[in-house]
Amino acid sequence: MIKFFLMVNKQGQTRLSKYYEHVEINKRTLLETEVIKSCLSRSNEQCSFIEYKDFKLIYRQYAALFIVVGVNDTENEMSIYEFIHNFVEVLDEYFSRVSELDIMFNLDKVHIILDEMVLNGCIVETNRARILAPLLILDKMSES
Amino acid sequence: MPAVSKGDGMRGLAVFISDIRNCKSKEAEIKRINKELANIRSKFKGDKALDGYSKKKYVCKLLFIFLLGHDIDFGHMEAVNLLSSNKYTEKQIGYLFISVLVNSNSELIRLINNAIKNDLASRNPTFMCLALHCIANVGSREMGEAFAADIPRILVAGDSMDSVKQSAALCLLRLYKASPDLVPMGEWTARVVHLLNDQHMGVVTAAVSLITCLCKKNPDDFKTCVSLAVSRLSRIVSSASTDLQDYTYYFVPAPWLSVKLLRLLQCYPPPEDAAVKGRLVECLETVLNKAQEPPKSKKVQHSNAKNAILFETISLIIHYDSEPNLLVRACNQLGQFLQHRETNLRYLALESMCTLASSEFSHEAVKTHIDTVINALKTERDVSVRQRAADLLYAMCDRSNAKQIVSEMLRYLETADYAIREEIVLKVAILAEKYAVDYSWYVDTILNLIRIAGDYVSEEVWYRVLQIVTNRDDVQGYAAKTVFEALQAPACHENMVKVGGYILGEFGNLIAGDPRSSPPVQFSLLHSKFHLCSVATRALLLSTYIKFINLFPETKATIQGVLRAGSQLRNADVELQQRAVEYLTLSSVASTDVLATVLEEMPPFPERESSILAKLKRKKGPGAGSALDDGRRDPSSSDINGGMEPTPSTVSTPSPSADLLGLRAAPPPAAPPAPAGAGNLLVDVFSDGPAAPASLGPTAEEAFLSELEPPAPESPMALLADPAPAADPGPEDVGTPIPEADELLNKFVCKNNGVLFENQLLQIGVKSEFRQNLGRMYLFYGNKTSVQFQSFSPSVVHPGDLQTQLAVQTKRVAAQVDGGAQVQQVLNIECLRDFVTPPLLSVRFRYGGAPQSLTLKLPVTINKFFQPTEMAAQDFFQRWKQLSLPQQEAQKIFKANHPMDAEVTKAKLLGFGSALLDNVDPNPENFVGAGIIQTKALQVGCLLRLEPNAQAQMYRLTLRTSKEPVSRHLCELLAQQF
Repeated sequence: MIKFFLMVNKQGQTRLSKYYEHVEINKRTLLETEVIKSCLSRSNEQCSFIEYKDFKLIYRQYAALFIVVGVNDTENEMSIYEFIHNFVEVLDEYFSRVSELDIMFNLDKVHIILDEMVLNGCIVETNRARILAPLLILDKMSES
Repeated sequence: MPAVSKGDGMRGLAVFISDIRNCKSKEAEIKRINKELANIRSKFKGDKALDGYSKKKYVCKLLFIFLLGHDIDFGHMEAVNLLSSNKYTEKQIGYLFISVLVNSNSELIRLINNAIKNDLASRNPTFMCLALHCIANVGSREMGEAFAADIPRILVAGDSMDSVKQSAALCLLRLYKASPDLVPMGEWTARVVHLLNDQHMGVVTAAVSLITCLCKKNPDDFKTCVSLAVSRLSRIVSSASTDLQDYTYYFVPAPWLSVKLLRLLQCYPPPEDAAVKGRLVECLETVLNKAQEPPKSKKVQHSNAKNAILFETISLIIHYDSEPNLLVRACNQLGQFLQHRETNLRYLALESMCTLASSEFSHEAVKTHIDTVINALKTERDVSVRQRAADLLYAMCDRSNAKQIVSEMLRYLETADYAIREEIVLKVAILAEKYAVDYSWYVDTILNLIRIAGDYVSEEVWYRVLQIVTNRDDVQGYAAKTVFEALQAPACHENMVKVGGYILGEFGNLIAGDPRSSPPVQFSLLHSKFHLCSVATRALLLSTYIKFINLFPETKATIQGVLRAGSQLRNADVELQQRAVEYLTLSSVASTDVLATVLEEMPPFPERESSILAKLKRKKGPGAGSALDDGRRDPSSSDINGGMEPTPSTVSTPSPSADLLGLRAAPPPAAPPAPAGAGNLLVDVFSDGPAAPASLGPTAEEAFLSELEPPAPESPMALLADPAPAADPGPEDVGTPIPEADELLNKFVCKNNGVLFENQLLQIGVKSEFRQNLGRMYLFYGNKTSVQFQSFSPSVVHPGDLQTQLAVQTKRVAAQVDGGAQVQQVLNIECLRDFVTPPLLSVRFRYGGAPQSLTLKLPVTINKFFQPTEMAAQDFFQRWKQLSLPQQEAQKIFKANHPMDAEVTKAKLLGFGSALLDNVDPNPENFVGAGIIQTKALQVGCLLRLEPNAQAQMYRLTLRTSKEPVSRHLCELLAQQF
């Protein structure tokens, strides 16, 4: 099960956080700081999986942005690793070349996308067109 | 795609975000945020009704502020209002706010539920999805109560849209996890399984997650999912299916779904149906074959997705552990990955191979990769990969390669990361012990460990080497010689001094013949380290010295001089002072014979599970919370606390002086007079002594208690140091026990260890020992969440008269329990007189701000204080007759609740505490037992007879004791067990 999904930049600023188990807000900040610290301290030669407390962190870096997913031991590391990429490709398609700013200014949309892909800590949809469908309805409605 | 402009037209939001970005300091940021919060608050509070656009803008701002780590304490009501909007955009933002910001304790749940109810009934699929997402995200019990009945219906309804089914599946999963009692299995279960056949892949993806969770608890209800999953998987893997739609990812068909299906299959044993099994094996082979084919794309995404499936396939093969051919192929595949240039693959291959090593079919195949793995240990740049390599070496170790692996691990230890040193030390110690052909190699290895990484050698490790040396006389001389040599190093680790001190004290005589290690040389070598050591070690060395006086009378004068020195006799440390005083007196007043008896060589330790193995189990997986899991997974230790044994108490040289008298190992439970005798001996010795106060001699009871004490070198008084009065909580603290408390208690009538209680948050494990009228209980509280428990306070409550019947002393535990961590609480129990009601254990803590409380019955029943008594048939009948008053007898005839197996029954009766007497009852089918219940005030003799009637599936149980309530109570307790 996925425990949390984070997007954090190199300065340690969280750009998106989604928890699938309740975590208190002061704990969140602490956790996010620790998580980004452990990702930043790693080099390319190191693997993308970090054992952290009782779960595993799986991370990928895109430019200055880290996407970090915390999972328990029932997940397949490689599939989550590639799932992160799938998520980024979906963002990329929607925002046409996504950047950190897009994510900040459209936090609600990124949330919608993530909610379509992951629900209750489980991967629920991986097909790009279907992930974006509700968002496109939304856009059409706000245009009219 | 629509062109999405940055900020999407919400200027206010864009300005706010860039303001924040331009803040030079944290203070400026907070100031700007507070300003914004005040602004939004006034807008919300204002008279003017906000239009949808503004609401959306403010909610987006609040989300952003929340993300920066600021709690939002308003706006919830506005968000709830948005839910009832008819506009999708407004509704959407309302739901978003709620699923991000509202936790399951909110008081608004009822209002939110109302809105959800409307949306679920709206038959508008987009609205329904929003509502379902919200339930899946918040998932409180109240929501469960409101919707648990509806969701299954929506899930299996023929006319639900695919996306609605998807959301409903995960929503149901959430409710089931949060409150399983609200989601009863029903006729919908069969239809959920058939969702695996759904033509829509997204629905299948969601359904697999739900089924995987449900089938773990109800494997039989969901058995049919195996064949469905196999056929689905087979269609994907062979790419035969045309329904892949757009679920192909870089030429790999439906990778995430395949992984999930393979995971689901791991919940079950290999399929029995030959056709299904054949089809599955074919799938697995296809995946393995594809790994060898040239890739369809050079893109890394292609190979990643392929490998995700491959690793899951290998997991399934390992799980089945029945196809030697596949296991060996899996091993070869992983072998290729071990040398892959991608670190991720090397890491996963090592991890996966670790489980492969434990299969009998592939163990040999794994071993062929030993050189690669050793190389990885030496050259990998990533500590987590190195750690996996060390794990794998540990897993692949057997008699044939133990020496090579141990020496490689020792070499690695010199440069290993500090974080994993202790674990490596434990592993080396275990391997050395397990595969020791000659024990001199074992002793060398452990001493090397202490030399290389002394700081990381925990007590368990050096205790263990002492246990083994004590138990094996063929290695004692070698051990003495080796420690003697090791101690000659100018700087040696304190653990070395401890081991050296103990071994020379016991076996120094074996090397005393050599003039280079004559008694005075041994003594001065040890004493040269004395002043640099900690109190615990010095205490141990003092014990060694007194043993020397016995072993080598010629050292007596020197040693007495040392003991008499002011630095010992008037040492500020109570323990050292006491030892010096006692030993000095002992050495001067006791005759050689008495000395020889008192200071005799330690008797062999009882064989038991290695304490270091237990420690490693505990360490396995970070946090003790996972250790709990481990225990459950490991079939060899059904008892979670198997790993928690406070074994070191057997080897407690650093503990009170009582050890030296051999009290610790001496009293087996059935021989109560022994410790008393030994205790008296000491008292006698001191009674003539001029200096020693008699009270220093431990009485039998104290000795027993200190025996149970985990090694606390500081003080023999530790037991009394913090006796939190057990009954102090006020009346408002006494909760009613949870409904299943009686059932839980019953599980422990015939056993002392196990899991007492478990729910989503907390697991409570028990380990206890009882002897005569005393007992000690260890309670292990495991936090199963990743969130800290606060104000954690377990207490023991004595209802009614119990306080006069049973004394329970508890030690306080830390008020915080970190997520995944475990705390231990020790209870000392004394049975004053017979009792019926067990004490209550009340546990209170705060989890995520919400107070939690729980009251259980502590598994202390009168039969724990049973002392088994053996007696011949005629004695038995004579006593049986003596107890013939009607009120002395209690009888019960009852139906068997469990299969009537004689061996199980025997085990239960023994667990109950009585002795089982053979050849007493003329009918060999019957069981007869006898014992004495030990309380401080009185002893109650008990006789029992259990007559099974296999035909009628009934039992008749008869108890006779000298005390009426005891008969009745024992009869009731025992009758529940069959």
